[in-house]
Amino acid sequence: MNTELIADYATAALLIIGAIFALVAAIGLLRFNDPMKRMHAPTKIGTIGVGALLGASVVNANTANDGSFHELLIMAFLFVTAPISAHFIAKVNLHKRDCDTPPPPRQDETWATLQAPDDDPKDKAAQTS
Amino acid sequence: MTGFFNRLFPHPILTLILTIVWTILQNDVSAGMVVFGLILGTIIPLITAAWWPDRPRGVRLGKFVIYTVIVFWDIVIANIEVAWIVLTRPNAKLRAQWIVVPLDLRHPEAITILAGTVTLTPGTVSSDLSSEGHSLLVHALDAENPDEVRDQIKSRYEARLMEIFS
Repeated sequence: MNTELIADYATAALLIIGAIFALVAAIGLLRFNDPMKRMHAPTKIGTIGVGALLGASVVNANTANDGSFHELLIMAFLFVTAPISAHFIAKVNLHKRDCDTPPPPRQDETWATLQAPDDDPKDKAAQTS
Repeated sequence: MTGFFNRLFPHPILTLILTIVWTILQNDVSAGMVVFGLILGTIIPLITAAWWPDRPRGVRLGKFVIYTVIVFWDIVIANIEVAWIVLTRPNAKLRAQWIVVPLDLRHPEAITILAGTVTLTPGTVSSDLSSEGHSLLVHALDAENPDEVRDQIKSRYEARLMEIFS
């Protein structure tokens, strides 16, 4: 067993793992029955699917002496941005009242998305005039 | 001396991150590129410091590295768990529900990291903050016992973040 062969097997294994996770994410997106549940599959499984594919890319490029670590950056940015998009999808669902109403928070009045906007004096002036 | 250091590097961690990102972007660990990365890492925090007045000070890097390792491990476990749920659990048997997590953290940066961690780990997505920022709303895909999930988030992640941003 030389290192090149091992690297080839590692690349193949990582590619298959990544592809399987991406497939499972797609299945989850299709088969759950409400938007909040649907959000779970792609946000989590999607990240590790892409992570495994990028890992395959790193292993393959480094054995070909064409080493590149851009994949690390891609992964880092992906891990930073995925929760934010999930957060915004959840906020839209809350805002459109597409899901069960969440229980109220303990200390504060309500959740930020459900909070009614304060009365703006300018709006009132516009309505009366 | 420390005053001069603080003025030159208002945000040392940002300097470090910018230098590393620049070096990886160039894909070339030569002295010239690292020095140029350091120059960028010095200038950018200096220019942007005015727009980030309440930045967290005294972040403990060592503990943050340990936290990152724990979170990475949890992400791998979480993915396998959620993949299993997706493939085997019918919709009717899923116990999806809201979980309210009261927050002890007050730094906006720390709360952001906690919310991101919650989204990336087992079957939970952080969905909203309360109007004054004292609670985090979490949606769980399949939670047997919501109190248990809440306590796990508080003890496993929030307690560590409290130590990091002390």
